[in-house]
Amino acid sequence: MRRFVLIAVPFLWLLALFLIPFGIVLKISLSDVALARPPYVPQFSWDEGIRAFLSQLDFENFAFIGAGAIVVTVVAIALLAAVAFPVYGLVFRRFFGGGLKALSIRSLIAAVVSVVAGILAVVIVFAVISFFFPSVVSLLEVDDYLYFQAYLSSLKIAAISTALTLLVGYPMAYGMARSPNSWRPTLMMLVILPFWTSFLIRVYAWRGILSQEGYLNQVLLWLGVIGEPLTILNTNTAVYIGVVYTYLPFMILPIYAALEKLDVSLIEAAEDLGCSRSSAFWLVTIPLSRPGIVAGCFLVFIPTLGEFVIPSLLGGSGTLMIGKVLWEEFFNNRDWPVASAVAIILLLILIVPIVLFQRNQQRQAEAGG
Amino acid sequence: MTQTVFAPWTDPAAKPLIRFRHVTKRFGDFTAIEDLSLDIYEREFFALLGPSGCGKTTMMRMLAGFEDPTEGTIELAGEDIGAVPPNKRAVNMMFQSYALFPHLTVRDNIAFGLKREGKPKDEIHARVEEMLRLVQLQKFASRKPHQISGGQRQRVALARSLAKAPKLLLLDEPLGALDKKLREETQFELMDIQEKTGTTFVIVTHDQEEAMTVASRIAVMKDGALMQVATPSQIYENPSSRYVADFLGDVTILEGKATKLGDAYEVHWAEGQPPLRAKSTLALADGAGCHLAIRPEKVEIHGEKPADDNVLRGKVIDIGYLGNISTYHVQLANGQTIRAQSFNTERDTRRAFTWEDEVWVNWTENCAVLLDH
Repeated sequence: MRRFVLIAVPFLWLLALFLIPFGIVLKISLSDVALARPPYVPQFSWDEGIRAFLSQLDFENFAFIGAGAIVVTVVAIALLAAVAFPVYGLVFRRFFGGGLKALSIRSLIAAVVSVVAGILAVVIVFAVISFFFPSVVSLLEVDDYLYFQAYLSSLKIAAISTALTLLVGYPMAYGMARSPNSWRPTLMMLVILPFWTSFLIRVYAWRGILSQEGYLNQVLLWLGVIGEPLTILNTNTAVYIGVVYTYLPFMILPIYAALEKLDVSLIEAAEDLGCSRSSAFWLVTIPLSRPGIVAGCFLVFIPTLGEFVIPSLLGGSGTLMIGKVLWEEFFNNRDWPVASAVAIILLLILIVPIVLFQRNQQRQAEAGG
Repeated sequence: MTQTVFAPWTDPAAKPLIRFRHVTKRFGDFTAIEDLSLDIYEREFFALLGPSGCGKTTMMRMLAGFEDPTEGTIELAGEDIGAVPPNKRAVNMMFQSYALFPHLTVRDNIAFGLKREGKPKDEIHARVEEMLRLVQLQKFASRKPHQISGGQRQRVALARSLAKAPKLLLLDEPLGALDKKLREETQFELMDIQEKTGTTFVIVTHDQEEAMTVASRIAVMKDGALMQVATPSQIYENPSSRYVADFLGDVTILEGKATKLGDAYEVHWAEGQPPLRAKSTLALADGAGCHLAIRPEKVEIHGEKPADDNVLRGKVIDIGYLGNISTYHVQLANGQTIRAQSFNTERDTRRAFTWEDEVWVNWTENCAVLLDH
């Protein structure tokens, strides 16, 4: 009984705030658009009964946005990654004796080999499936490529901004972890401080910095670095800047947590055994902070994928992101069913990184215990 | 058959492996090492012994290359190593925390240094297997450090630091994290391995028993200076100062004034107590202040007054029973306590002396050590 009550609390929370809304959205995605209030049919009524209600639901909207093609693409990317990463490690151990020389020609060869192996695996799997189930191929037909492109473009923007955030965040986290003990709380505060003001206002402030007459251009013109103002605002570059700026703490904090735990004598031991400063960094510091890197990347990647505020404030007409498309479907087109279908597919796509993130956290907890 | 004693420090022709020459190390205002000179010879098992903060770890870190001397030079095999970074020194270190790489297996930990040298794969493999055999860890080669016990981790750390066959191995409190029994076993293992590999070992420790057991010579340190450098038995039996006598083992120290009497001195140390005789080669002026150090195991305890020199009368106030030995605390009439030890060679549970017994303690004039500071 006691156990049941304990489990019931988070379960009810999940039910009320996730499962029920999800059910509602799922139902809308299976409905048809209508000029009514709310703007879709069917509505459930007790007179017609549940059977009649269910019979009116269909997958039309999913077919319209090309959900099949999107899901297949995401599965293909996941499969490629699932094959390429182990192959990379295998190639390295087998042929290069496991001696990690970061960014060398060897790692390049291993990367190429593993990517080719991944592509081969994807091609073979799809060939086999389409041979045995020819009907699957019809899934790939897409009515409107806008949504397909928006998903792919979101994946691309999320991936690139995650990489950029890592590049900016790692040195910051490293610096914090190596700073004197007395400085650390202050540095930590400085990283967290921006959270105390509204996210919307902070992103909006970047418009003032990045626009044609903005501070950045003024400073660069005054310094004579550029002859005429740069166009940054309303491009993807502005979106990358916005994402890196907004999500930087999510990258820094887990990496900092991993680096802070790192025993300095491990680095000394590596140097004592013949490592230079930089090879000790690649062979000891990076592998031991990997759980932090992975956690940080997911914490940035997952919310960025569905990001709406940053692309709509800083991005231009050329910035295609699924969050923005979703908003336009809901409020400009008033096509709630299609918007709901877009949202459901977004959620399906996000399940992959979320599961991977959970596994990383779990492994980290096990390794720590 | 003549037995050659290993004592290169007595041979003026022997070349030391390590030479500290007037080394001073300062951290800001704090002087960790002050004008220190020391020679350590090849194949020695050298112990740096002292309380925490005496500078012994700083000495070791300077040898490893993690700290540079502020003044003076350190030579390894005749070459100044001041400018050589740690990764280029033929010196390896076993860290107090072991510093095993948690993401690598035992085998990869041991192979770590060898791989950095870019040796051929089969050579590395052979060397790693040899090291695993040396520390008897073949069965655990593919485990990660958190999957083995503390004692095994200690052996992995040792194997890893020995794998590159360094000229000099530094051990920073290598046995500090082990429990007493394991520590004693490991001490002998360490000596064995040192003998087998012929490597020069320098060990840092605050545990005097450990230093006495393993070392060929011990340097006792205090506040960044060497107090005495000698073999364990010399340090124990002929301490050069009150500090060294007190730091190593149990001792009773009496303060008094010396008067020359033939080849010995008579020490007047308290009103109403007979003067004590001690043989010494020290040159002390008559009436000069001195200390008399008496090890408890050299003190005999009697129920009747013996007809010897150095007899003091007192009362047993405390008995420490340790199984193999018993320590008696005998309080004299003036309040001074003298410790006396006797071996419990019989299994008889009844002790010869008990609390409040009137007893006499005495020792021969050779047993007490006269110290001038």
